Amino acid sequence: MSAFGLFAQLFQLLITVLLAPFLLGWVNQCRAWLQNRQGAGFEQPYRKLIKLFRKDAILANSASPLFRAVPYVLFGSMCLAAAIVPSLATDLSFSRAADAIALVGIFALARIAVSLAAMDIGTAFGGMGARREMLVGFLAEPALLMVLFTASLISHSTSLTVIVEALAHRHFEIYPSMAFAGIAFLMVLLAENARLPVDNPASHLELTMIHEAMILEYSARHLALVEWASSIKLFAYVAMGIALFAPWGIAQASDWLGMAFALPILVLKLLVAGFGLALIETLMAKQRIFRAPEFMGTAFLFGVLGMLVHFLLGA
Amino acid sequence: MHFEGIHRTASSAPVWTLDARVESWLDIAGSCLEHGGRLVSIWGSASGFVHAAYVFPEGMLVARCAVSGEKIPDLSKMFSCASRMQRAVSDMLGFGFDQADDRPWISHGLWPRHPLKKDFDPEGQCMSFEGDYPFVAVEGEGVHEIAVGPVHAGIIEPGHFRFQVVGEKVLRLEERLGFKHKGIEKAFEGLSFIEGARLAARISGDSTVAYSWAYAMAVESVCDVKVSERASFLRGLLLERERIANHLADLGALGNDAGFSFGLAQFSILREDMLRANRDLFGHRLLMDLVVPGGVLKDIDSAAKDRIAGECAILRKKVEDLREIYVDHTGLQDRFIATGKVAPELAAKLGLTGLAGRASRNASDLREEHPYPPYDKLEFAMATHHGGDVAARVSVRFDEVFESLRLIEQMVAKMPEGETVIEVPPCSGSGFGWVEGFRGEVLIALEIEQGLISRAHAHDPSWQNWPVLEFAVIGNIVPDFPLINKSFNLSYSGHDL
Repeated sequence: MSAFGLFAQLFQLLITVLLAPFLLGWVNQCRAWLQNRQGAGFEQPYRKLIKLFRKDAILANSASPLFRAVPYVLFGSMCLAAAIVPSLATDLSFSRAADAIALVGIFALARIAVSLAAMDIGTAFGGMGARREMLVGFLAEPALLMVLFTASLISHSTSLTVIVEALAHRHFEIYPSMAFAGIAFLMVLLAENARLPVDNPASHLELTMIHEAMILEYSARHLALVEWASSIKLFAYVAMGIALFAPWGIAQASDWLGMAFALPILVLKLLVAGFGLALIETLMAKQRIFRAPEFMGTAFLFGVLGMLVHFLLGA
Repeated sequence: MHFEGIHRTASSAPVWTLDARVESWLDIAGSCLEHGGRLVSIWGSASGFVHAAYVFPEGMLVARCAVSGEKIPDLSKMFSCASRMQRAVSDMLGFGFDQADDRPWISHGLWPRHPLKKDFDPEGQCMSFEGDYPFVAVEGEGVHEIAVGPVHAGIIEPGHFRFQVVGEKVLRLEERLGFKHKGIEKAFEGLSFIEGARLAARISGDSTVAYSWAYAMAVESVCDVKVSERASFLRGLLLERERIANHLADLGALGNDAGFSFGLAQFSILREDMLRANRDLFGHRLLMDLVVPGGVLKDIDSAAKDRIAGECAILRKKVEDLREIYVDHTGLQDRFIATGKVAPELAAKLGLTGLAGRASRNASDLREEHPYPPYDKLEFAMATHHGGDVAARVSVRFDEVFESLRLIEQMVAKMPEGETVIEVPPCSGSGFGWVEGFRGEVLIALEIEQGLISRAHAHDPSWQNWPVLEFAVIGNIVPDFPLINKSFNLSYSGHDL
């Protein structure tokens, strides 16, 4: 484990955790602009977190210790996920601990934890949200795996850092397989992060919610951790998208100078990606819940097509 | 309408009254059904009368019948909407109806019983709270209940909805309302008819003009006062502005509930511009307390007319553009079409009324059927649709916005000269006000003794449409309920009183 690796790892983790609410705020702000609204500003998620951390937590009488533990599990697993997705540098100390498949597993762990917490209280909404989350989740996971397999076929490794290094090292050219994988990844990103058209993050209608329905009973610091974890998840997904499909500018090996440039480049990419996400969400309406299987099925299909194209064309 | 002893009231809408006996109670309802009429409202009064308002082709007939302890015949077999109104009368006055469903409706047992009775004691014993309200449960493999409200995740009015579902599919919905009971009918008692106007304006804030107008019409019919033509034109102008503002809000909210928040933002801008114009022209964003017995408190000059005409032209263009966006949006139409369908036959059977009725070909609109002034001097075409789904209710709202804009333009162009308000002398008697609000027909029945109100009953079209909503969601999926509910946009406040 090199000193640079350790520094890069810690620096990236810190940046990720701190910048994640910014990305969410930026997406919301872009949505507001696209709808002719002023918006609350990109710093709004930070204000919300500060507000929530200051409040006293309220727990349902029927809550078990599981319910209290889940926000920490969720936050921890999202931090781990964000740590192993190369966003600033590819020389990351934690990357040997978990590869692309384990990453999907970490997301699954978080999903199961929050679903259990949702059912723990015993309200109708918690159960309803957990049920729907599982429906979306079990369809999104294979699609995400297909995307990651396509990328690992190019780099002959399932380690994310190796994949990103391989992709970043190659000359710029269009990989048809990655184009298909890119579409699939975008669809998975929308579904997994409770964005439109699968879920509506801005909805106040409890009967239509998926992710929000599961966390309705959380308050104060618990809610803050859950919300923060959600924004880290979004950040991790966007960073993964950037690393897989636009890795240029990321610091490679023990490149101290590269690190200095990597941060502004990352922020620039996040701004562009966030705007793109906001544009998609502005143009879309929410689909009926039973369209989600079709949506995720399409994502899976694109993932498989990406792999087939790779085998056929070798690219 | 051929009954012995019917009497035309002085109301500017065609309303007749009839003194009936318990024995003939069902015959009147039967005759109404035969003529293709509908039941509007049932209410009671402490003087020992039960009243029922029907609509015949010629106009409204209000039948009243003295009761003294005996069971009143049940109208719900002929008009299904009667059931809840009869239960509410029992809650308020303790009258007994001959119906199977005798659960309390408005009263949740948290205030003293029978508040409208003469010997009511506000400090008295509360109706005992007998545990849970007995909802009808569905049994079977995999069936479970979802209880929603009265406190919701968003800021909306309180109502409880009990779903029986299998997976995401709704087998049955039962509503529980009454959480917003404010004792309005009791509060009317003893007010002078001038003070009553302020209370009437607050029955349901989104329909403040409609209720104020219905109240003013009722007072004017008691006192046999005719308002000037200019006043009636101004009233029409205010009512159509209220209708447009509400439809704009609903159209935006319907887009938003389908996840298309772009629509909400655009319609909110249009609505806000309109409300600001209201504030500038009439001194109140929601036009509250402008329509009073005797006329209207605010007049408009030629500059205001120009502003309104200009506003109409801009609004028409923008709403046309937005309609195109809504219609062309595949994702949105996928959510709207075939969702929450009330087929025309079902709508007719259940007595769906107002805007929702017109979207299910159950067409009635006072402005066309019984045009009271100023509508008798204006060109108007009722908007209807045969679809009965959310898309149809959206479409009717768009059509009504355009029709209201046309009415406003006509009223501004043809506005006659004259006084805007005349004095109404204190008087005694009973009268009725019947106005087409943005949801449907609003009725105010009023009894005045020497200028003081002894009984005021307000009826909102939501009474007819809430029960139909229960049918509209059957077979739909749970996450579509908020959209269906929004497409009806029924009043809690106007219903719970």
